[in-house]
Amino acid sequence: MAKEESWIEAFPAMERGDLRELRKAVDSGFREFSADFGPYIEAAFDPLLTFLIWSEKLLLNTPWFIVLAALAAICWYGSKNIKVVIGVIVSFMLIGYFGMWENTMRTLSMILVCTTLSIAFGMPLGILMAMSNKAQAIVTPILDVMQTMPSFVYLIPVVMLLGIGKVPGLIAVVIYAIPPLIRLTNLGIRLVDKEVLEASDAFGASKRQKLFGVQIPLALPNIMAGVNQTIMMALAMVVVASMIGVKGLGQPVLKAINNQQFFLGVMNGLAIVALAIIFDRVTQAYGLRIQKHRNKAH
Amino acid sequence: MSDPIKISIRNLYKIFGKNPKSVLHHVENGLSKPDLLEKHKHVLGLQNINLDIEARHIHVIMGLSGSGKSTLIRHFNRLIEPTAGEILIDGQDVMKLNEEELREFRRHNISMVFQKFGLLPHRTVMDNVGYGLAIQGIKGDELKERSQKWIDRVGLTGFEKHYPTQLSGGMQQRVGLARALATDCEILLMDEAFSALDPLIRTDMQTILLDLQKDLHKTIVFITHDLDEALRIGDRITILRDGAIIQDGGPQDIVMRPADDYIREFIRDINRGRVVQIGSIMAEKGSAETSGEPILVSRNLEDALPMVSASPTNAIAVVDDNGQEIGVVTSKDIMSGMERPAVAERAVKFM
Repeated sequence: MAKEESWIEAFPAMERGDLRELRKAVDSGFREFSADFGPYIEAAFDPLLTFLIWSEKLLLNTPWFIVLAALAAICWYGSKNIKVVIGVIVSFMLIGYFGMWENTMRTLSMILVCTTLSIAFGMPLGILMAMSNKAQAIVTPILDVMQTMPSFVYLIPVVMLLGIGKVPGLIAVVIYAIPPLIRLTNLGIRLVDKEVLEASDAFGASKRQKLFGVQIPLALPNIMAGVNQTIMMALAMVVVASMIGVKGLGQPVLKAINNQQFFLGVMNGLAIVALAIIFDRVTQAYGLRIQKHRNKAH
Repeated sequence: MSDPIKISIRNLYKIFGKNPKSVLHHVENGLSKPDLLEKHKHVLGLQNINLDIEARHIHVIMGLSGSGKSTLIRHFNRLIEPTAGEILIDGQDVMKLNEEELREFRRHNISMVFQKFGLLPHRTVMDNVGYGLAIQGIKGDELKERSQKWIDRVGLTGFEKHYPTQLSGGMQQRVGLARALATDCEILLMDEAFSALDPLIRTDMQTILLDLQKDLHKTIVFITHDLDEALRIGDRITILRDGAIIQDGGPQDIVMRPADDYIREFIRDINRGRVVQIGSIMAEKGSAETSGEPILVSRNLEDALPMVSASPTNAIAVVDDNGQEIGVVTSKDIMSGMERPAVAERAVKFM
């Protein structure tokens, strides 16, 4: 050893050589793991891929006016607000006129699949957290990490395992977008009025009857707020996901950044904004509508 | 009275805290509530409760806040588990029921009305009234018919499709009452059921309850902090203080023979003329010369006063329901009946 550095002047860090070894060991370990198990994991996600492709084809192969009519109908059912419906029709007309229909449909399909997945996994997890303080203590820090870890960081292992394509993109989006739904489901169920629950107990309700008859219905406004947040965050991830091969409105934006094409970037960006506003208005209007009779003062 | 005992509580203790069983023996040996809190950091909820509740009667449990009355009523259907003791309903120990049996017991034997109503805000009046039945597994037309019957019975016809928040407090509690009655349970628990209502509405609800009880003859356990309410509807009254029973008796017993100064303090402000019945103050038959109209034994002092005044001898005969003369009441008896018992502690306090 040459000159000893004092631990007062510099932080007593790990030896550079050791650090290099550690890095090598972890990286090669994970590389081996993904070489050995990557195909199996990929196979496990096959049904997801099928689902994704099916929903994308459905939206792309259906004539545009039928898709538009269906969207308008869903918006009407959700919001019961004619202004929202007209806004949706006009936005999609403009999107189609500026040649972004296909990409918009791809992104729409991605968001729908991602939201479905988030609800399918997020709601049961949120319910579990509400039922058990232990589960809450374990899941909360994981959600904190999922929400604050830069998304590029977890793109690395996902891409190493599954390569580039739709499924890894979907996983990245779900990881980023699912925490608010889990949190708000948990919160919503925990906030259910204790006296209503007690009444339910007093009449001999089973756990199932309590969950589906009282807790979930009363938590629904909060759960809907969670769904709304999840959709917004999924849309925010569209551009990042396009870096690993997810087609849709994100790719032209990425292309526009690389080639400095201002118009292309703005138009596709605006299309994403339009989608976000539509989803937001419809889910919020639905959330308000289901709790309307609760807030009506006498 | 001849009715059998429906509910029987034996040596019931409830202690709140980290390890209630470990401090139980201190309480059994007479450690007081403040001492338990100070020395062992546990809160004494109920101590050595022994209580018999007759079938087909309204039994009022009364006490101020913190006396343990709401804790006690939640033991009847085990919404709260006791630290020690037995709860016998129809001779069966409720503590021995397993989870499934307890659910069945709650569905078919005992129902409850809550202070803040506990209605389901996302369901209509119809669905709220039918809630207990739906949990029993009753569906379709039967559910609708049976719910409708009780909606009509509590006077909410026409409000079936309203949501609870669209109704006034009194109407909401009618929904709560109909929901509890719809399951046809023999026991009805009412936890301060009318305390959240305006005085006039409260009196209305008491009338509705008494009218229903004339036909239904349920075993009703009614919690209240309001003595007027207790005296009006109770066939029997139990008074709780700091988690212990301090007096248990008929309304006339409580008013005429309060067990201690705490209860004397309680009954100071009641309208004795309206509460005290002739039976509680009458003298022996033949002890005075009577004249004028006789009076029924269950009438109150206010009713008797003009009748006694009208009597030339200032004394009238007292008769029972069959018209049989059983006693005499004089104006002096009425005067002393009106007089409220002195509260010793109060006198000391002002010196």
